[in-house]
Amino acid sequence: MISALIIVFREVIEAGLIVGIVLAATTGVPGRERAVTMGVMAGVLGACLVAGFAGELANLFQGSGQEFFNAAILLLAVAMLTWHNVWMASHGKQMARELKAAGHRVKTGERTLAALSVVVGVAVLREGSEVVLFLYGIAAQGGTTAAGMVVGGGLGLLGGAVVSALMYFGLLKVPASKLFQVTSWLITLLAAGMAAQAVLLLQNGGLLEVFTSTVWDTSWLIRDDSITGKLLHTLVGYSEAPNGAQLIAYGATIAMILVLMRLVNAPAARPKPA
Amino acid sequence: MKRLLLAFAFIAVPIATSAGTGLSFVAPALADASIELHLKNHKFTPSTIKVKANTPSMIILHNDDETADEFDSSSLKIEKVVPGHGKGNIRVRALAPGKYPFMGEYHAATAQGVVIAE
Repeated sequence: MISALIIVFREVIEAGLIVGIVLAATTGVPGRERAVTMGVMAGVLGACLVAGFAGELANLFQGSGQEFFNAAILLLAVAMLTWHNVWMASHGKQMARELKAAGHRVKTGERTLAALSVVVGVAVLREGSEVVLFLYGIAAQGGTTAAGMVVGGGLGLLGGAVVSALMYFGLLKVPASKLFQVTSWLITLLAAGMAAQAVLLLQNGGLLEVFTSTVWDTSWLIRDDSITGKLLHTLVGYSEAPNGAQLIAYGATIAMILVLMRLVNAPAARPKPA
Repeated sequence: MKRLLLAFAFIAVPIATSAGTGLSFVAPALADASIELHLKNHKFTPSTIKVKANTPSMIILHNDDETADEFDSSSLKIEKVVPGHGKGNIRVRALAPGKYPFMGEYHAATAQGVVIAE
């Protein structure tokens, strides 16, 4: 029961924090509940599919299919988060400055709702497939553990949801004028962490074999497998012992997003697209 | 729209380059020493794996159980799901001398092991 609780809690937190950030980033955008719900549902469905085909997936690419698949969906999420941030930088801020009607702002947010829906779906898919495999494993053994699994899994789900909700309501405490800034930073760091994680997966899959040595080790301070480590991993991409390629990916993603946001945000550099 | 394309170009380029560098991966990967590891009744055999320090190695995990498990090690930085009656290739990076514990995350009570680099 305890193991079911811990595993479900951990995976739900990872996906839930991302959902919380997405919800905060889309405050006041109508249709966001639908977009997020659809993302979650698609993610759950995808997670079941991935779990069902885990064997086939694992055997692809000389046994590294799982790594490449996860790296690919992480990079997809990075692309979507980047798009959201860049789009919001070019439109959201300008509108806030001009104090345009709320209706217009709504339209802008809606443009990237689909992208954020994908991000939510990808997060749920990734974490969910592990939960499905784990719970299926316990269920397959049957017996007395099945009841414990339901209780443990349920408590884990509840706990993860509470932490995610705290994150969301905490963000809502941020004054509206600053909320955009805060969420765009959160999304930037989220994307950077995902990019670093994708690089690690590509390394584990044997596709990327550069700068693999550890640059520093802070496992004495915060361990990756602690709850704090997991939270920080999801939020800002914390890793107790990052390697060179991961750090490059992390830094490059932040730089890329900031540069793109600045490029589209510079008034002089905003001609109407043909 | 142009800028969005630019954004995707920024993302696509590193992916393409990483795919490019990957072309050379087959030879070194096969040249690595590989270690057969079995998971049966949610226990690893052997539960202690010795590898040469500062040299990458490959662990081939055969899951002889009915259900999936996840080879999980935060010190090795590996999380790899291996389905029931499946096998997984686990690439272990060049390790500094030391002990690196791992576990089968779905059955952590019994599935425990350690990689020793020396």
